[in-house]
Amino acid sequence: MLSRKITSDSHGQDSSYFLGWEAYEKNSYHEVENPSGIIQMGLAENQLSFDLLESWLAENPEAIGLKRTSGESLFKDLALFQDYHGLSAFKNELVEFMSKIRGNKVKFDANKLVLTAGATSANETLMFCLADPGDAFLLPIPYYPGFDRDLKWRTGVEIVPIKCSSSNGFRITSCALEEAYLQAQDQGLKVKGVLVTNPSNPLGTTLTPDEIDLLIDFAIEKEAHIVSDEIYSGTVFDSPSFVSIAEAIKDRNLESSDVFSRVHIVYSLSKDLGVPGFRVGMIYSNDEQVVSAATKMSSFGLVSSQTQYMFSQLFADKKFTAKYMKENLKRLRKRKEIIVSGLKSAGIKCLKSNACLFVWVDMRNLLSSNSFDAEMELWKRIVYEVGLNVSPGSSCHCSEPGWFRMCFANMSEETLHVALQRLKAFAETLIKSKQQQQFGLSFSRTRSLTRWVFQLASDHDHRETDR
Amino acid sequence: MRLLSRKASCNTHGQDSSYFLGWQEYEKNPYDEVKNPKGIIQMGLAENQLSFHLLESWLAKNPDAAGFKRDGKSIFRELALFQDYHGLPAFKQALVDFMSEIRGNKVTFDPNHIVLTAGATSANETLMFCLAEPGEAFLLPTPYYPGFDRDLKWRTGVEIVPIHCTSSNGFQITEAALNQAFEEAENRNLRVKGVLVTNPSNPLGTTMTSNEHNLLVSFIEAKKIHLISDEIYSGTVFTSPGFVSVMEILKNRNYDKFSEVWKRVHVVYSLSKDLGLPGFRVGAIYSNDEMVVAAATKMSSFGLVSSQTQYLLSAMLSDRNFTKKYISENQKRLKKRHGMLVSGLQKAGVSCLKSNAGLFCWVDMRHLLRSNTFEAEMELWKKIVYDVKLNISPGSSCHCTEPGWFRVCFANMSEETLELAMQRLKSFVTEYNRINNSNKESSAKNSRRRSLTKWVFRLSFDGADRQPEER
Repeated sequence: MLSRKITSDSHGQDSSYFLGWEAYEKNSYHEVENPSGIIQMGLAENQLSFDLLESWLAENPEAIGLKRTSGESLFKDLALFQDYHGLSAFKNELVEFMSKIRGNKVKFDANKLVLTAGATSANETLMFCLADPGDAFLLPIPYYPGFDRDLKWRTGVEIVPIKCSSSNGFRITSCALEEAYLQAQDQGLKVKGVLVTNPSNPLGTTLTPDEIDLLIDFAIEKEAHIVSDEIYSGTVFDSPSFVSIAEAIKDRNLESSDVFSRVHIVYSLSKDLGVPGFRVGMIYSNDEQVVSAATKMSSFGLVSSQTQYMFSQLFADKKFTAKYMKENLKRLRKRKEIIVSGLKSAGIKCLKSNACLFVWVDMRNLLSSNSFDAEMELWKRIVYEVGLNVSPGSSCHCSEPGWFRMCFANMSEETLHVALQRLKAFAETLIKSKQQQQFGLSFSRTRSLTRWVFQLASDHDHRETDR
Repeated sequence: MRLLSRKASCNTHGQDSSYFLGWQEYEKNPYDEVKNPKGIIQMGLAENQLSFHLLESWLAKNPDAAGFKRDGKSIFRELALFQDYHGLPAFKQALVDFMSEIRGNKVTFDPNHIVLTAGATSANETLMFCLAEPGEAFLLPTPYYPGFDRDLKWRTGVEIVPIHCTSSNGFQITEAALNQAFEEAENRNLRVKGVLVTNPSNPLGTTMTSNEHNLLVSFIEAKKIHLISDEIYSGTVFTSPGFVSVMEILKNRNYDKFSEVWKRVHVVYSLSKDLGLPGFRVGAIYSNDEMVVAAATKMSSFGLVSSQTQYLLSAMLSDRNFTKKYISENQKRLKKRHGMLVSGLQKAGVSCLKSNAGLFCWVDMRHLLRSNTFEAEMELWKKIVYDVKLNISPGSSCHCTEPGWFRVCFANMSEETLELAMQRLKSFVTEYNRINNSNKESSAKNSRRRSLTKWVFRLSFDGADRQPEER
């Protein structure tokens, strides 16, 4: 009666990533109304710079008033504008903005840009364009859980993981790439390309020039595509600086070679500008046929002309965008420092990162055993007892248990401090109880001691939050 | 190794069809009253441009709606972050109320059963993904909207098998045609998953009769298949018979959520035609099947409606005084325009299918064909596009089984432009008749006649540009 697509669960939405979200929905933290609720740290939103956007809008009402600066009505033109080539004024501004993010080291051509309803749509569309059902793309793990749905569900494309490990900071190695390729072949899958997120979700790191070179070499050797999802490119708040795949191709003088047309970039305004609700994504491709097919496919997810117009005006204000980018990065860096030091004081480390809206946290020492079952156990405790919705590494297909993604840009500073305090209390208790276990204290006394200690720590929570 | 997917390298997107080619010609030489009075008049685009200033004046009186404000307070942040694929609850409520109003409140819709999508284009494709596997088929009555070839088939791998409708009965669906289509599918080894109809019909401009509806419901019940009713033009029904939604039919036949067939009926809607807002990408799937709603909701991630737009329209459609006034005024204007086109065609000796809805007429130009063939239809179409300079849609692009029918839009231009178009057409037909008649008279002095004809033809064209006829 219904298609296999909907009766199966390959949309991936039963994963813990979404379950934690549901738990949060039922018991959401609120500073006043529900101070013991769950704090959302699983949502990679950028809420730090709205005031800048809002004040710009207040100063530039024509951008949303659907009137031109001359006062003429624009409404009719926009209402009728459904051209899948997109509003040229908007695309011209976007390519300039993308260039600026990359320090103007590369230039983009508006004719190679295809607008889509969010990066979600862009990624799926690229799969439809580059691969047939049963083909595969290689993705370094850990990766964004949404990819299981976005890349595979309706397209029939497979994902084969490139195994990265903490031994080298989760960097892609040529060994891992080759192994993934062979694994795909063993499974009878034709590898069409590799897809990376740079800066990485969930790692929060930018790809090194070495990693990028590896990918390019791979793409050349295997005649494969590279899809570089650069959705977080505007959140690189620390060195090393961001190197886009476009820049790397240019630096290697590959613009006239075959591989050039096999490099595709995905971007969106959801993270840099913090506007996921407006559904502004895009594909940038050097292959005319891809651009042409993707443009037609974008019919299934066009960007509202109302939204295109508003942003075309915003980005045209160069002074504002420069100010915005600078200030946004400053605020992200500050928040990241708060979370890193907060974790540190809880005896918790995280991967050294320079970008994005989250940190990749190492809680391996809090696991009861080096297993994914233990990771799930720990995760449930963090969600339900500590009251923090974080994303367990397993939901990101991490090959090592004990890593968690924690977001820091989707809440107020105060809330972040509350979260860190809770975590500190929890970690201290856990570590202490582990230490006590090591000393061989009687089991029941340990349990009661642990509970009593834990409770005290929780009370502490409500009474004093230190900064 | 093939570098790109088959989808990207083939042409099942259907965009090489004449429907799109005519559009391209228009783009190269578009009519403008002042700047390009000899240009091609666009009559191939089913847009509703008649009621914009009703919308504009509402917007002027309600600046908060586009200004990200609710009761004077900024909700920019809330909207900027709102990406919940369940959609803005206020908007879904306003939308189902609007849909109900269009149906004379004879049916009500549950906002929990509606899924928002970026346009009906996205809605239709999503429904295919939900209801059919690659290689399975849906039956569609011909003629149908050319875009369906892309929307229903391209990325989904679903096939379309036509239900042949003819002018002998005003292109209505018959039981025989339905059965024939089902058989054809079987012969092609295609498993039929359902029937998809557009009601009111594009390109016919007619509402579905109760007879046809009952046929369809009985058919899908017997075959245990789905029925999708694309009701995108439901708000454009400007005269009797009134609009009857498939949901009303189910209700009248006492089907409810306990009937098996209930879950297999789905409605598609959009604000692109009734409100004339194709640029804002607002479409919807309405399904009685919770599983379809759940899956379509997740799939809508690939084409969500901008929250900025959801909010604007939730405010507008919640204003019931406004919507009531809008629906009525819009229909009035459509009726008037339709009347203008029909009488203009009549004056040119051209008739069209009697219609009561839509933004176009289904025009009968069979008598202008050189022969009863699709080649002749293409020949005629090219003359109309390149010589008469009207971009209209040939019936073959809509998969019509009979040559000679054309879809001509009337709501996407000013009254003056429509009159000019009618004038051009009249001149063309007059000249055509004259040529035909003189050819019939004798075959003597062919060359002289040909030069005379050319001279006459040119004169009448100059006439068309200089003096528009009376109203």
